[in-house]
Amino acid sequence: MHIPDGFLSTPVWATLDVVSAPAVAWVARRAQRETQDHRIPLLGVMGAFVFAAQMINFPVGPGTSGHLVGGALLAIVLGPAAAALVMTAILALQALIFQDGGVLALGANVFNMALAGIAAGYLPYRLWHAERRTVAIFAAGTLSLMTSACLALGQLLISGVPMRGGVLWASLALFLVNALMEGAITVAALGAIERLNPEWVPGPQPASSRTLAGAALVALLVVVIGTLVASAAPDGIQRLTASGADSAAWPQRAMAGVVGIVMILALCYLGGKLMARRRSA
Amino acid sequence: MHHLVIDRWSRGTSPLHQRDPRAKLAALLVFLIALSTTPPPAQAGFAAYAILLILAARLARLPIRGLAGRAALVLPFSATFALLTWWSGDSLRALALAEKSFLSGLAALLLVGTTPLTGWTAALESWHAPRMLILVIQFVYRYLFVIAEQAQRMRWAALCRGRGSFRLAAGLVGVLFARSWQRADGVYHSMLARGFRGRFVPAPSAPFRASDALFLSACMAGCLAIRILL
Amino acid sequence: MPRHPHTAVSRAIQIQGLRYRYPDGTQALNGIDFHLDAGESVALFGANGSGKTTFVLHLNGLLRGQGSIEICGLPLADGTLEQIRSKVGVVFQDSDEQLFMPTVLEDVAFGPLNLGLSPADAQTRARTVLKRVGMTHALERAPYHLSAGEKKRVAIAGVLAMDPEILVLDEPTTFLDPPTRRDLLILLRSLPQAKVVVTHDANLARALATRAVFFDHGQIAGEGDVMEVIQRFHWEYS
Repeated sequence: MHIPDGFLSTPVWATLDVVSAPAVAWVARRAQRETQDHRIPLLGVMGAFVFAAQMINFPVGPGTSGHLVGGALLAIVLGPAAAALVMTAILALQALIFQDGGVLALGANVFNMALAGIAAGYLPYRLWHAERRTVAIFAAGTLSLMTSACLALGQLLISGVPMRGGVLWASLALFLVNALMEGAITVAALGAIERLNPEWVPGPQPASSRTLAGAALVALLVVVIGTLVASAAPDGIQRLTASGADSAAWPQRAMAGVVGIVMILALCYLGGKLMARRRSA
Repeated sequence: MHHLVIDRWSRGTSPLHQRDPRAKLAALLVFLIALSTTPPPAQAGFAAYAILLILAARLARLPIRGLAGRAALVLPFSATFALLTWWSGDSLRALALAEKSFLSGLAALLLVGTTPLTGWTAALESWHAPRMLILVIQFVYRYLFVIAEQAQRMRWAALCRGRGSFRLAAGLVGVLFARSWQRADGVYHSMLARGFRGRFVPAPSAPFRASDALFLSACMAGCLAIRILL
Repeated sequence: MPRHPHTAVSRAIQIQGLRYRYPDGTQALNGIDFHLDAGESVALFGANGSGKTTFVLHLNGLLRGQGSIEICGLPLADGTLEQIRSKVGVVFQDSDEQLFMPTVLEDVAFGPLNLGLSPADAQTRARTVLKRVGMTHALERAPYHLSAGEKKRVAIAGVLAMDPEILVLDEPTTFLDPPTRRDLLILLRSLPQAKVVVTHDANLARALATRAVFFDHGQIAGEGDVMEVIQRFHWEYS
C-alpha cells in the first residue's frame, strides 16, 4: 500500500524519512559488497520485470484476480540487500513518475515495503527453505505483504486518520486476503521460474545464522503487530510513556513509532554484523 | 502509455525547464513541507498553493488539464479515506486530505515534467544519495517500458488462445523473468564490449547559477508567506 | 578521425582451431579457422544455432574458448582484453540491450569514457560520431522512444565512438523495414572498418561483403564468394 502525501502527520513522515535514509545507505553499501559487477544491470532489469509482472492478472475466482507485488520474489531471487535496493528504486520511481505514493511519504513507504517488507519476504525462506520449501515461499509472500500493510495502517492510525473498529478489521481482512494471494502467486511464479532454470531460485546464504534469522523474524512480527495495536489504542501509549499531560502532544505519539523502528533497525544491524562475522570465520 | 507524455513534457525549453534540477527538487520539498504542515482549517492556504502551481505550470508551458488529470489518479485512494474522515465528523480534515494529496501529486508532476530523469537523479546524487541506488533507478526506468510492452504482447498472445488462468499467468511470469534475465546478460555483454570495468563514470554537474538561486528563493518565500499568512 | 595505417604483416583477425563448449556440455564451436583482412567485409551465414553468434562473442573475449585468436596482431588474453575491446566494436542484435543509458548522448559517450577520455572529450567525440550516423537530432532523447532503425544507428555510433578497426554486426537488419535497411546499408558501406556481418539477409550480404562463410553445427562448411556460397547452400527462399 503506497501512502500518498498529506495522510501522515509531520512527526510520522519526518521520523520515517530520517530513519529510512541511513537505512537505505546501509542497504546500498551491503548490496554493493554482495553484488558482482554484472549484476548491476540485472538489478535494474529485475526491477523493471517486477513492475511489468505486476500487470499480469492472476484469476483466483469469478470476477476476482490478484497481481504479483513481488517483494518476496525479489528477496528470494536476489537476496535481501539487493532486493531492498531494487524495491527502493521502484518506490522512488512510483512516487515521482507514477504518482503512486507521496514524496515526503517515501521514507514511510520505503520502510514499510523495501525494508520491513523485504525482510519479511526473506526470513521465512531463510528459515524453512530446506524442510518445507513451498510453505516457506508461501509464508514469505504472505508475511511480506502483511508486514507492509500493517505498518502502513499503524502509521495512518498514529497520524490520526480515523478508522473505527469495524473499518480497521475490514481493512486487515482485505489485506490478509491479498497477502494470502501474494503467497500463492509467489509460489506459482517461482515454480515456473525454477522449471526454466533452477539456478535462478537460489537457496539462501547458508553462512548466516539460522537462530538469528528466527529471532529477527519474531522481533519483526512483534514490532509490526505491536505498532498496529499501539497505534489503534493511543491512550495506552500515553499511559506507557507516563506523561499523559497533553494527549495531542506529538512527542509521545512519535515515541511509540520510533521505539519500534529503532528496535527493528538495531536488530537488522546486529544481524548483518553477525552474518558477516560468521561468513568470514 | 503515460510515460511518453512525461518524457515529452520533460524535454521542453521553458524557463522552468532550464532551472537547475537541484533548485527544482529543493523547491518541491519546501512546497511539500509547507503544504503538508498546513492545518485543515486554512482553506485559503490550499487555494493559494493551487494558484502557485498553476503559475508554475504556465511558466513551464505545460498543459494544466493534463497535469491535473494525472494528479487526479491519487483521488480514488484519498477519497476513500476522506469519506471515512468525513463520516467520523471531521469534514475540514477530510477536505484537507483530498486537497493535500492532489496538490502534492501536481507538484511532483511539475518536477518530473520539467526535468528529465537524468536531471533529478543527478540532483539526488549530489545530495549524497547512494550511487548504486541512482544506477538502479536509471536502469529500472530504462527497461521498464521495454519489458512492460513485452508482458503486454505475451498476454495478448496468450489470450488469443483461450481464457486466462492462474497457471497461464504463472507461466507468463516465468517466461518474462527468463527473458528479462537474458536481457540483463545481454546488457552486461554490451557494457563489457565497450570497455566497462566496474565503475560508471559520473556525469559532470553544471554549476548552480544565480537564476537558479533566485528561483529557489522565490519559491521558498512564496511557500513561507502562504504558510504563515494564510 | 585519424586512422592508423595497417601493416601488411598482421591481419585484422586471425583465428585457428577455435573450440568452445557451453557449460551444459554442448559443443558450440568445433575447430574454426577464420581470417579477416583490413578493410575487408565478410558475411557469416548459417542456420540458427549453428554457432555464428557464439563465434562472434569470441572476437572480443566475451566468451573464451580453446584455440588461438589474434586481433590486429594481438593475441587474445586477459592482459590484452582491454585493447582488443577498443579495436573490435560489436553491434548486438537487440538494440535495447545495447542502448542501456538514459539518453542517446550518454550512451554513445559510455565507450569513450571507459577508454579514459575526459567527460568533455567523450561528449565531443559522441557528438561527432552521432553526426556521422545522422542522429544529431536525438541527443537528449531516451533510447526507448527511438524507432528500430534509429536505435541501430545509435548503437553503431556507440561502437564507432571507440574508434575500432573492426566492426562486428550481429543480424543488423532484423526488424527493419526495407527503406530503413537500405539506409543502414548505405551507412555501413561508407564506414572504412573491416566488417564481420552475421546475417540472414542475402541482399545485405551481397551489397556489403566480398566474401561469405557458412556455419553448420559449429564448423565452417564452406566459404567463398557471397553469391556462390548462397547458391551452394541454398541460402535463399525464393
